[in-house]
Amino acid sequence: MTDTLKLSIQFGGGAELLFDKIKKREVELPALKKYFPESLKEKWAIRELLVWIKDNLLKERPELFLQGDSVRPGILVLINDADWELFGELDYELQANDTIMFISTLHGG
Amino acid sequence: MPISCRTGCGRNAVLKRPKTGDALCKECFYWAFEAEIHYTITKGELFNRGDSVAIAASGGKDSTVLAHVLKTLNQRHDYGLNLMLLSIDEGITGYRDDSLETVKQNRDDYEMPLKILSYKDLYGWTMDEIVAQIGRKNNCTFCGVFRRQALDRGAALLNVKCIATGHNADDIAETVLMNVLRGDIARLKRCTAISTGSEGTIPRVKPLKYTYEKEIVMYAHYKKLVYFSTECVFAPNAYRGHARALLKDMEKIRPSCIMDIIYSGETMAVKEEVTLPTQGICVRCKFVSSQEVCKACVLLEGLNKGLPRLGVGKSSKAKKMLAEYNAKQEQEKGSLEQAIIDLDDSSNLIDDINQSNKVTKAKSCRSGSCKSNNKVSNGSTVNNDKCSSKECCTGKCKSNQGNDIDQGNSKINSLLEEYGINDAQKDIPNGNGHGSNVSKSNGEIVENSDEDGEVLFNDQDEENSCAGACGKMGSLQIGF
Repeated sequence: MTDTLKLSIQFGGGAELLFDKIKKREVELPALKKYFPESLKEKWAIRELLVWIKDNLLKERPELFLQGDSVRPGILVLINDADWELFGELDYELQANDTIMFISTLHGG
Repeated sequence: MPISCRTGCGRNAVLKRPKTGDALCKECFYWAFEAEIHYTITKGELFNRGDSVAIAASGGKDSTVLAHVLKTLNQRHDYGLNLMLLSIDEGITGYRDDSLETVKQNRDDYEMPLKILSYKDLYGWTMDEIVAQIGRKNNCTFCGVFRRQALDRGAALLNVKCIATGHNADDIAETVLMNVLRGDIARLKRCTAISTGSEGTIPRVKPLKYTYEKEIVMYAHYKKLVYFSTECVFAPNAYRGHARALLKDMEKIRPSCIMDIIYSGETMAVKEEVTLPTQGICVRCKFVSSQEVCKACVLLEGLNKGLPRLGVGKSSKAKKMLAEYNAKQEQEKGSLEQAIIDLDDSSNLIDDINQSNKVTKAKSCRSGSCKSNNKVSNGSTVNNDKCSSKECCTGKCKSNQGNDIDQGNSKINSLLEEYGINDAQKDIPNGNGHGSNVSKSNGEIVENSDEDGEVLFNDQDEENSCAGACGKMGSLQIGF
């Protein structure tokens, strides 16, 4: 089975403070069906990735990172270094070796 | 499928601009971002050729991007500006000490001179020490007020024409919203001004006034600018945090709302019958103030006299507090007069009188904590004798202690007038004169006010809420 999905997940602009101050992580997601048995979809999208991050990486104050089923407004998401707003945001289907970056705009000045 | 750049340059777009909705590539984004700031600068006539300009630098994203862009534009468009960095060290361990390292990095990267002024040098207190006195609830008031003035002082030292701050469009919109929510018409009117400063003061300019936060962060990211993004270790400003969260939620639905709120703020007309405070000069420190004595001097006086909440309490509570205090003083005055009469007869009696005073005081004290406050007050009194002449009077005043008391008195008087409390003026001068009794009373005031957690927001300056040089620090815990 080669259903796992390798991704690079990065945090910046202060978002890393919610993730043990680690800015870069290499992760391997299991097959979507394994992680969400009820899911009707086959492929991981950002929407599911956020849940996975919440379950696996986010240790404190989830409300500062997530709001509803999306990221908290003010946190920018970059897919392979480009604005996720150009790629359908939550519905973007993750590809192998994608780099997903979360940058907080809410920190400092 | 990659989206191509809206300009037709042939490259792939990397971001969607919140202001226009355009999808742009990196190069076209840089160009648009910088061109808009250049337009803001020229349209607003923010600078003149040959000006020295201090960039208020916190090490955060806004001031880092501001320094970078100003340097770039200064070269590209030959503004002829002499740019320098001005930083304020509030004395917050684990926060500002780290961010100042980033500022030093900016200094090296952008080859600009850097001046760092510390609260400790200017006021005799670090924020760490202030928080130890005031607690974590109202400390942002001190920090904001002191920073505002510290920037003025730094700019005077550097002999610059103006101070450029990193306030961005989101900040301005947030401030408009805050002032509406507080009904603060005076600040509502002036908070959207791109250049502020009355005659005789050093103007503040906001070149990033129309620049979205998202674009600032994306610019810094793509340009690989190093900035500091740790939250302030002290308490959040919850109210501003909520305004900020609301704004971000609305921006998500309709990004242009940021510009629209600024536009509303700019064009809103204020009824003529609304009286606005006029900005003048503090009689004490000679820096800009809308009161006779500026907020920084009032707060500092409170700290030095062991009444750290003098400038931050809610006026109604402060009034009640001071009325109680006043009554006590009257009573005490009687016994002190008695003591003076007795002093003529026999000095031995004084001990007895003091003793009896102490007993009375002890009864009225609500908890045992006044003893420690007493110590603090005494310590501060000593400090005050020293610093009133050195810091409060900007080093010019060589007055003896008696004069200090008078100054303190007049300052406190105007503070009290400011709060509409005219009847409590007599209390304060005793603070220096008669050690233990009055200090004890001070202690009680401190203790009472500890129960008062509310901040008088209306007394905060537009940039007080940790939205001065440090942008949104105050709202970080809420704002993330």
